Amino acid sequence: MQKLFTFKGGLKLDGHKTMSTGSAIQTARLPDQLVIPVQQHIGHPPEVLVSVGDTVLKGQCLANASAGISASIHAPTSGTITAIDEQPVAHPSGLNALCITLLADNQDQWKQRSPIKDQYKNKDCHQLLELISDAGIVGLGGATFPTAAKLQSCQSGTETRPKIKTLIINGAECEPYISCDDVLMREHAGNIISGVQILQHILQVEKTVIAIEDNKPEAIASLQQALKDLSADSVHDTEVVSIATRYPTGGEKQLIKVITGKEVPAQGRPADIGILCQNVATANSIYRAVYLDEPVISRIVTVTGEAISQPGNFETLIGTAMSELIKQAGGYKNNIAGLVMGGPMMGFALTDDNLPVSKACNCLLTKSQDDIQQPAIKACIRCGECTDVCPANLLPQQLYWYSSSKNFDRAQDLHLFDCIECGCCSTVCPSHIPLVQYYRFAKNEIWAQEKEREKSDQARQRHEFREARIAREKAERDEKLRLKKEMLAKKKAAEGKAEPVDPKKAAIDAALARVKAKKDAAEIKPKNTDNLTAQQQEKIREADERRQKSSESSRSKDKAE
Amino acid sequence: MFTALIILAILAGVFGLVLGYSAIRFKVEGDPIVDQIDALLPQTQCGQCTYPGCRPYATAIANGEAPINQCPPGGESTILQLADLLGIEPLELNPENGTEAIATVAVIDEENCIGCTLCIQACPVDAIMGAAKQMHTVIEDECTGCDLCLPPCPVDCIDMVPIKTETTNWKWSLPDSDDSAPKA
Repeated sequence: MQKLFTFKGGLKLDGHKTMSTGSAIQTARLPDQLVIPVQQHIGHPPEVLVSVGDTVLKGQCLANASAGISASIHAPTSGTITAIDEQPVAHPSGLNALCITLLADNQDQWKQRSPIKDQYKNKDCHQLLELISDAGIVGLGGATFPTAAKLQSCQSGTETRPKIKTLIINGAECEPYISCDDVLMREHAGNIISGVQILQHILQVEKTVIAIEDNKPEAIASLQQALKDLSADSVHDTEVVSIATRYPTGGEKQLIKVITGKEVPAQGRPADIGILCQNVATANSIYRAVYLDEPVISRIVTVTGEAISQPGNFETLIGTAMSELIKQAGGYKNNIAGLVMGGPMMGFALTDDNLPVSKACNCLLTKSQDDIQQPAIKACIRCGECTDVCPANLLPQQLYWYSSSKNFDRAQDLHLFDCIECGCCSTVCPSHIPLVQYYRFAKNEIWAQEKEREKSDQARQRHEFREARIAREKAERDEKLRLKKEMLAKKKAAEGKAEPVDPKKAAIDAALARVKAKKDAAEIKPKNTDNLTAQQQEKIREADERRQKSSESSRSKDKAE
Repeated sequence: MFTALIILAILAGVFGLVLGYSAIRFKVEGDPIVDQIDALLPQTQCGQCTYPGCRPYATAIANGEAPINQCPPGGESTILQLADLLGIEPLELNPENGTEAIATVAVIDEENCIGCTLCIQACPVDAIMGAAKQMHTVIEDECTGCDLCLPPCPVDCIDMVPIKTETTNWKWSLPDSDDSAPKA
């Protein structure tokens, strides 16, 4: 028998679970129209594959998981896509988000299915992880973290992260009113065990513990029976453990403390100490993906509370309007005053019931007038009750102080991010301070600041790059200009050495030289004229006179022309 | 007496050398406090603080020339962080520099853009794509919402559009009845 431990803090709460466990799981009616939110998980939104007017078959992929942490979504029934637009979704903000509207053709015709069934034993873990990813499986305990990504991160048994030795299957379901896991374990124990075996095959763990709170004896008995039915060698070291009912035992870190006595380091993950937790409903989804080739297209939703006529659990197609479910649970009672998605501790209020059921929707809790009466909020009296009940060993009062005064650094120093928002502190607070909302506010602000810082770093880089580019361009221009100037100056200097010759001047000089030569030619002294007779000299004189006359006449002729 | 003096003189000389050497060897490039202040500023480069960009404002704060309340885009959270970093009292945002407005991004009306490239030259973070006589467009993820592209546009085809609140960037607010909360 497993030795059990306890975790500090927590609360003993009224379960109110029998309210909805009286009857078997009912299958919710197939509605005429399904509105499927594209993002139903933590991480990146998937890429939409279909367009308006497309006819789809049941189980066909509507949006494929994008890179990183993401999950696919599938058509819950066959029909026609009539819209892909923003519609109201179940979110604390009450904002709209992208949804795919599917008009059911009432044929409910499946896509071609080829389940691998027991053949999974021959597949390696990568193929199985791909199968889990393709089936759009997310953690159905409430956090909706993509299961394939969670298993993948445990796969890489690096030095910093040890190999997973213990697998804990979480069937605690500690939050009051919610009973969807309880009825699932009662009615589909065999499927859960098969899912667990697939997980064991993927992770090759040494030990598996299925933990169930002791307020669910039927579920415990049913799972123990399912284990017994299997041959001993096919379930190695798997044990169903009944744990004390105490909120929030179902919290991952609290459950690990109870089962193993180990504490997950602050801001760390269970995988850091060689443990992995999976919800029973997630194990069931894995079974359905492997043995039926059926993606996550439905989930069990508990419809309960003080203001519903016939509380119960409904196997509901994703995308069914909550109002449809309420109708099938007999409708509201007259004392209806509010509707909450999730449980009374961690759920959030909805303003409208015409919202689609998503993978995260484990419970629809109706609240009566008495439930929602909120006593006036008073000042903190520093009683320390919140510290006593905090299951994460934090100082809620100090966190409240720092969160409300926006001193986020100090809040982070006090491990704000280890707060699991279980709501124990708010519940016990005698001043009725909504403590968890302060922590959510502070966490959101810190994330937003971080994002802004990333963005401003990017802007700084781009600005600096731009400045550098402008400076570089200017330097390049200046350099070019300088080089050109230098080149010109050099050319000038080179020509200065070789006596600059002006072509005009040269022409003038040449003309002058020609004239001078002519003049010189005109003044040529006749040779051998010394010893001439008087007659000879007379003849020369006459010839000269004639020459002069003719040249003068030709000159005057030129002038006349 | 003499020996004491000599020893002290030698010690003084040795320490002087060590200090002189370390001043050269471990010289810090730039001003680390300016870097730290700059890291807290939102880097919109909008100039609303009256300085030509975030870094000049950071330098001015570091030199004690400017108070920490002149950055409207950063708003209260930046003032708180600066006060925390510098160990001084936080101040209210100076209304002369502007008011803390909701975050916006520039959107170019592509029908009317004439492709003049003036906004491209004005953008401090190169978030506008385009070429001469070609339509321009804003890279939304890179836009800091600084408004600097608005004045140069000759056809007024740039709009500042508030960033839409979606389920992905929605934030929990402080509880409504916040009277009980201790004040900062």
